[in-house]
Amino acid sequence: MAGSGKAHLRPSSDPILSVEDLVVEFKAAGRESIKAVSGISFDLIRGETLAVVGESGCGKSTLGKAILRLIPSSGGSVSFEGRDLLALPDDELRQMRPAMQMIFQDPVSSLDPRFSVARLVEEPLAIWARGTVEERSKRVDELLEAVGLDAHLVRDRKPYEFSGGQCQRISIARSLALEPMLLVCDEPVSALDVSVQAQILNLLQDMKERYGLTMVFISHDLAVVKAVSTRIMVMYLGKVCEVAGPDTIYAQPRHHYTHALVSSIPLPDPNAPRVRTAIEGEPPSPANPPSGCRFRTRCPAATDECAVEEPQLTEVAPGHFVACHHPR
Amino acid sequence: MRGVDIDVQAASSMGIVGESGSGKTVMCRAAMGLLRGGNVRSSGSVVFDGDEIGNLPSADVRKYFGTGMAMIFQDPMTALNPVRRIGSQLAESLVIRLGMNKKAARDRAAELLALVRIPDPEATLRKFPGQLSGGMRQRVVIATAIACKPKLLFADEPTTALDVTVQAQILELLSDLRRDLNMAMALVTHDLGVVANHTDYVTVLYAGLVVEQAPTTKLFTSMRMPYTEALLKSIPRLDQPSGGRMPMIGGRLPDPTNPEPGCPFAPRCPYVQDRCRSEVPPLTTAADGHVYRCFYPIGGHG
Ligand SMILES: Nc1ncnc2c1ncn2[C@@H]1O[C@H](COP(=O)(O)OP(=O)(O)OP(=O)(O)O)[C@@H](O)[C@H]1O
Ligand code: SF4
Ligand SMILES: [Mg+2]
Repeated sequence: MAGSGKAHLRPSSDPILSVEDLVVEFKAAGRESIKAVSGISFDLIRGETLAVVGESGCGKSTLGKAILRLIPSSGGSVSFEGRDLLALPDDELRQMRPAMQMIFQDPVSSLDPRFSVARLVEEPLAIWARGTVEERSKRVDELLEAVGLDAHLVRDRKPYEFSGGQCQRISIARSLALEPMLLVCDEPVSALDVSVQAQILNLLQDMKERYGLTMVFISHDLAVVKAVSTRIMVMYLGKVCEVAGPDTIYAQPRHHYTHALVSSIPLPDPNAPRVRTAIEGEPPSPANPPSGCRFRTRCPAATDECAVEEPQLTEVAPGHFVACHHPR
Repeated sequence: MRGVDIDVQAASSMGIVGESGSGKTVMCRAAMGLLRGGNVRSSGSVVFDGDEIGNLPSADVRKYFGTGMAMIFQDPMTALNPVRRIGSQLAESLVIRLGMNKKAARDRAAELLALVRIPDPEATLRKFPGQLSGGMRQRVVIATAIACKPKLLFADEPTTALDVTVQAQILELLSDLRRDLNMAMALVTHDLGVVANHTDYVTVLYAGLVVEQAPTTKLFTSMRMPYTEALLKSIPRLDQPSGGRMPMIGGRLPDPTNPEPGCPFAPRCPYVQDRCRSEVPPLTTAADGHVYRCFYPIGGHG
């Protein structure tokens, strides 16, 4: 299986999550299949926030769901707390569920409109029969207060009475109810207004500190990611391009795709020097990815070698890994 | 939407910024005469190219579409028919609006697609909208919009649904077309980054009110409104250190059906005084032409 390399893994640091050569395929029309995640490896050390960034369709959500085994994978391994999730029998997997939670982009539709806020937050506790009714009710109040909501005011209201930002707070409270170790956030602020985004990002930081969470933070927005992550992994068409700390990746992107992403962000400063578009075109279909380096059809530095040989992740500076034959 | 006053100068680009619910789209539609109907109450005036069109019946406003004004939307599919080929849709609008014959319209359609930098215009003409990516569809919509060389193009969040690399391409395309065709543009967006790079003037809306208006460089260097300042600060920036807390505006937009008295930003404003809670500040024009709506503007009045 041609992967994108594993040089960036840190087995000696006792990772809480370790993903190797993960492949997720979807059946497309006819006999074709799409490899939405095509041999991805990464690991997470306790307390880290790994950001997964990339453009629409590169496989971020698929990756997020596959590592929690919410969808089946067709290859590779996912080890969480030392246990191979993909090989776990269903009942044992179920026992692991509370420790791994996910929150989604659209906070409004991810909450059942028929239920009150209190019931939504209590539900996971009830399902897992945690505590007595009174204990659960107290815990719900604590969680609501922790995410910045006035428990007495919101308890009995329904999700549709709240704004997107408040619904995202409710989702976060719900996902924290079972005290997870790992929280996968899939575009948690993309549907929110700028002024509300900052509130939710700060809340996630607070929750991370307070509950000692380890996070995977999926986003298409590099600026958002910069604020919250301790490590960033850039994806393109189901593969990893670059892995580095957030400051490094912005100051010195070495992969041509990362560079294009960084320089495409419109800076809120009319006096900043204007750069013309770094790359042309749009990503090709994942059903029929280019040979060699998948980015080569849009890459300004592509050579013949790039069409033949798939680049593997290599360390170009301490903690900085790039999969490119001709890094910048 | 209350008491909005916006002038878009010929061949210039006006950015209209605001968060969801601030009234950006309503304003565009009202200006284009598209807001007519039982539940709409509107007043005021819309002057286009010297003609008062604000009170004309819809049918009369329509004659300004295409050659006078054109509009593109966030979701390009709203402007395209999913079951007809790109070529026949584009050619048809040329036949109807410019009275071209079919052959000429078809050739012009291919030219237009090339103008919006679609790599293979001939092949694209034969495709259905669903066979194109979001970015390519938006190019097709732009091609349709500029077909009759409008004097004013309304672009309502034209790149919000697109990836950042594609967004950069589309915004550059729009800026280039505007210059080449000598066309004015009203660019509606929630993104101050987009405004900074692609507009000459900016209007900031909050809760249905214009709260600030200035040339773009001025707005960013010496903003007057506390809201604009807060909005700019809450954008995550690449030059901020990672891992820290972000500056943020507490609270949220007021409920439009139940406005409180006073300045709509008062409940969230760091500079709020008693007066702000009881009186709506008037739009004030400073000596340098900078327009703002605040009793205690940053940097003081004048
Ligand atoms: N259930 C599915 N069946 C078939 N194909 C799928 C399915 N889910 C995703 N895909 C395909 O897999 C690829 C990756 O999709 P995914 O949703 O993971 O991307 P993403 O990076 O999360 O994109 P976005 O930023 O738009 O959310 C895409 O080509 C998508 O069309
Ligand atoms: S491997 Fe080649 S095509 Fe891929 S990013 Fe590097 S230079 Fe570009
Ligand atoms: Mg996704």
